[in-house]
Amino acid sequence: MGVIVDFLGNGANWSGSDGIPLRIVEHLEYTFVALLFVCAIALPLGLYVGHTGRGSVAIAGTANALRALPDFGLLVYVVLLISGSLPADLAYTLPTTIVLVVLGIPATLSATYAGIQNVDRAARDAAKGMGMTGGQVLWRVEVPNALPLIISGIRSSMLQIVATATIAAYVSLGGLGRFILDGQSQRDYSQMAAGAVLVGVLAILLDLISTAIQRLVVSPGVTGRFRTSAARRRPALIASGQEGSVVPTS
Amino acid sequence: MITYLRDHTQEVADRFLTHAWLALLPLAIGLALAIPLGWLASRYRWLYPGVINLAGLLYTLPSVALFVIMPSIIHTKILSPVNVVVALTIYTVALLVRVIADALIAVPDEVRAAAVAMGFTGLGRFLRVDLPIAVPVIVAGLRVAAASNVGLVSVGALIGVNQLGSLFTDGFTRDIGSVVLLGIILCVILALILDAIIVLTGRRLTAWQRVGA
Repeated sequence: MGVIVDFLGNGANWSGSDGIPLRIVEHLEYTFVALLFVCAIALPLGLYVGHTGRGSVAIAGTANALRALPDFGLLVYVVLLISGSLPADLAYTLPTTIVLVVLGIPATLSATYAGIQNVDRAARDAAKGMGMTGGQVLWRVEVPNALPLIISGIRSSMLQIVATATIAAYVSLGGLGRFILDGQSQRDYSQMAAGAVLVGVLAILLDLISTAIQRLVVSPGVTGRFRTSAARRRPALIASGQEGSVVPTS
Repeated sequence: MITYLRDHTQEVADRFLTHAWLALLPLAIGLALAIPLGWLASRYRWLYPGVINLAGLLYTLPSVALFVIMPSIIHTKILSPVNVVVALTIYTVALLVRVIADALIAVPDEVRAAAVAMGFTGLGRFLRVDLPIAVPVIVAGLRVAAASNVGLVSVGALIGVNQLGSLFTDGFTRDIGSVVLLGIILCVILALILDAIIVLTGRRLTAWQRVGA
């Protein structure tokens, strides 16, 4: 543990083009660019599938198949496949972003459609009975009720992207994975371990921030902070097999 | 890809088996640890938030980070496969403990009352009533853990643990896409095999679900 502190405590490691702050910024950049694409693709698709019920079997099947793919292998393969035909500045960033997006989609997508589908039938019917249109039911009833699950899906996607962005250093990119891989090639364990600690801390911080956001945007009525007997009896969602790769966080 | 497979049959087979072993062992140990922990969290509700939050926290850590930090915690060598096994066991426990606790909490009160009325108490009731009812949910959790373990084991190649993931690093350094593709296909096959084993075992353990259906 001492070696990690030594590395992190050394001021020289905190500046320059391969310093810790820059690596953190790079890591965040890969993560958020990919997460933006994930949300742009998975949220509308998940809302559509959840609201209409169309294509849910296909999506569950695809999400499961994607989960069996090894992230690391996929990353290396896509880079080998397309990096040769891209200009230098895109050669590694574009294939990496594509892979991060592909890997990030299933968690958000399956959480979104499962969240919408699992909204209490009675609430939906009541909204319809009050004269709401399909769109109003979706935005005023289904989305607010499904929000905790949707956000936890986005969080799972984000954590998976943060983890895979670490591996991106292997295909010549920056980010915090650089310390781990450079440390290994220089047989410098302190650098490797410091990189690992930084990645871990970054992941935990991002998760804490998104938990705070979740608390802010989710209606208190559906957070479970006000327990009802119905909420206590609700069986684990995972039993329905629709849970996808959602990390079970509240 | 076929020629590579023909020329390196033994090597690839060894890597496949090592990979299977490195994915399965943490799954088995993780399940064995998660059942008592899940039981504790479901039995003593004040433990539940702590256990679940810790599990969530551990699950948040990226796998590469965990592999690399392991040696400084358990004093292994950086190249030791033990790092991968311990790290993946932590993930498996983190994933399953919540699933198992929730499944046990969801056992209907009527069922529990009926079991008590029939004379089931303590461990007997847990093993023969509560746990069997939780099996379908545990199976769902195990399937997720198995698939993610297979993928995560391959990341071990980055720190030099030899298995199917080594086909990714080999393929990358030698610029041969087909070797990487072979590794991906074998990983998927392995994940499918493990998934089938878990599903079939789950079905055998829940024969009661199909009685009189």
